Amino acid sequence: MATIEFVDVTKTYPGALRPAVDRVSFTVPEGAICMLLGTSGSGKTTLLRMVNRLIDPTSGAILIDGTPTTQRDPITLRRGIGYVIQQVGLFPHMTIAENVRVVPSILGRPASEMAARVDELLELVGLEPGEYRGRYPRQLSGGQQQRVGLARALAADPSVLLMDEPFGALDAITRERMQEELLRIQRGVRKTILFVSHDVGEALKLGDQIVVMSEGRLIQQGTPVELLAHPADDFVRRLIGGNDSILRQFEYLPVTTALEPGTGEADASDEALAADATLLHALLRMMQSGQSALRIERDGATIGHVSLASISRQVQAGSASTGAPVTAQ
Amino acid sequence: MGELIQYITDPANTFADHTRDTIVLCLVPIVLSLLIALPLGVLVARQPVAAFLATNVSGLVRAIPTFAVLMVMLLLLKQIGFTPSAIALTALGVPPILLNMIAGLRGVDPAAIDAARGMGMTRPQVLARVELPLVLPVAAAGVRSAAVQIVATVPLAALIGGGGYGEYILNGLSNEANAIDLFVGAVSVALLALLTEAIFAIVQRAVTPAGLRAGLQAADAAIGPTDIEAPREKAA
Repeated sequence: MATIEFVDVTKTYPGALRPAVDRVSFTVPEGAICMLLGTSGSGKTTLLRMVNRLIDPTSGAILIDGTPTTQRDPITLRRGIGYVIQQVGLFPHMTIAENVRVVPSILGRPASEMAARVDELLELVGLEPGEYRGRYPRQLSGGQQQRVGLARALAADPSVLLMDEPFGALDAITRERMQEELLRIQRGVRKTILFVSHDVGEALKLGDQIVVMSEGRLIQQGTPVELLAHPADDFVRRLIGGNDSILRQFEYLPVTTALEPGTGEADASDEALAADATLLHALLRMMQSGQSALRIERDGATIGHVSLASISRQVQAGSASTGAPVTAQ
Repeated sequence: MGELIQYITDPANTFADHTRDTIVLCLVPIVLSLLIALPLGVLVARQPVAAFLATNVSGLVRAIPTFAVLMVMLLLLKQIGFTPSAIALTALGVPPILLNMIAGLRGVDPAAIDAARGMGMTRPQVLARVELPLVLPVAAAGVRSAAVQIVATVPLAALIGGGGYGEYILNGLSNEANAIDLFVGAVSVALLALLTEAIFAIVQRAVTPAGLRAGLQAADAAIGPTDIEAPREKAA
């Protein structure tokens, strides 16, 4: 478990006109998935690679559990941080098992001690150990290779995981499946994850929080709901929604954002909707059942209701909102 | 044929000594080429300017006839015999190994190196655990072609007193009556070259990691499951 704190982090490459990362400050809480979202050239990958000191900041500091990374030996630092990249970068001459245990092995753990752990990790990422541990990377599909990449990053049980567009090279169906797998795995391991993405849908789906970057600067930081409901400026609004803004809100806002007290017009005997359902779920349920209001439950207790009217108010507020942006310091 | 066997077994012709001399005169340059080209390749591969220089100088050296190199060595060292011959043959052996080392190291997937560094391998660990195992098959191909070239060129060394099968050939060329000398020398060198090719082909195969061997991909096509099941119903 670890928090990551960025304090005025700036990186200027020699000869560059403007900083690649410009005075960025924010904090990733322990156990959260923080999505770094931005277009290419926004500095998100540079920011990520400064955490494990593959790049050193020009000024500012990155603190992991309060300790500046620059005070730590880069090699030791990296061994305690999981690292997953888009091109996976498995070692083609090693078997899957050898790939997975590579970090423990450079830490001096003998292979015999690692056998059970390798199997456990392969199972965690959804690969049958008996079938896969002896294979070579070239015998695996892109999605399977990235599963191994994830297992490899988790092998030494790091508290921080850096993921640089890990699913960016996968086809849409595999990508979606991997996103769900990551959420499932994260529920068990609770790592502090910094995840670079240029895919808004991915950021909204995976992020506990999203940091929007553009031209090296942090534009907005907030939860998916905060970003959808209160985009800081036109850039964020365009990035997040564009013309699909209303659709995105249906897809990603939980029903609790349109919650009204009591049961309202909802039929108390009707089946209730869970609180973690999205507005889209609510709308679909209403259309199927012909109701105009639904009871919302959390842990079996009614916490309120949503209606067509309350959803409509919420979505219109989000699309039109210009005020009260949730910006970082 | 009988004549040939008689020639080879005749103690006066010292075939065994000639064979030993030839093999030593091949092995020493091969080992020296390795000792020079392998570390040099590692040193220059990641330095664009040095790699450019090494590649082009190697190309130039290959263009110079070995005969000329032998003569230059003779003049430079002011002596004949084993040393100038071994040096000239080493000059022949370094370029193919060095070129393959550079090409091989530069061909290692940058993502694998980024991943290796990102997970905390030191520079020597990246080299030993990732780069060298991946570059070894390519380097071995270079060693193979260097070795065959050295063996094929070794008769020329007799011109500056390097000894070996080349002496038979020179003998044969100098006097029509010694045609059998020429024949024995030529055939022996040819056989040695073939043997070298065969041995280094085996070495090359042996140092190729299982994960890189050809045929792996084909096995995959037969048994490899994918993340997505093909939508067969639709196709049908």
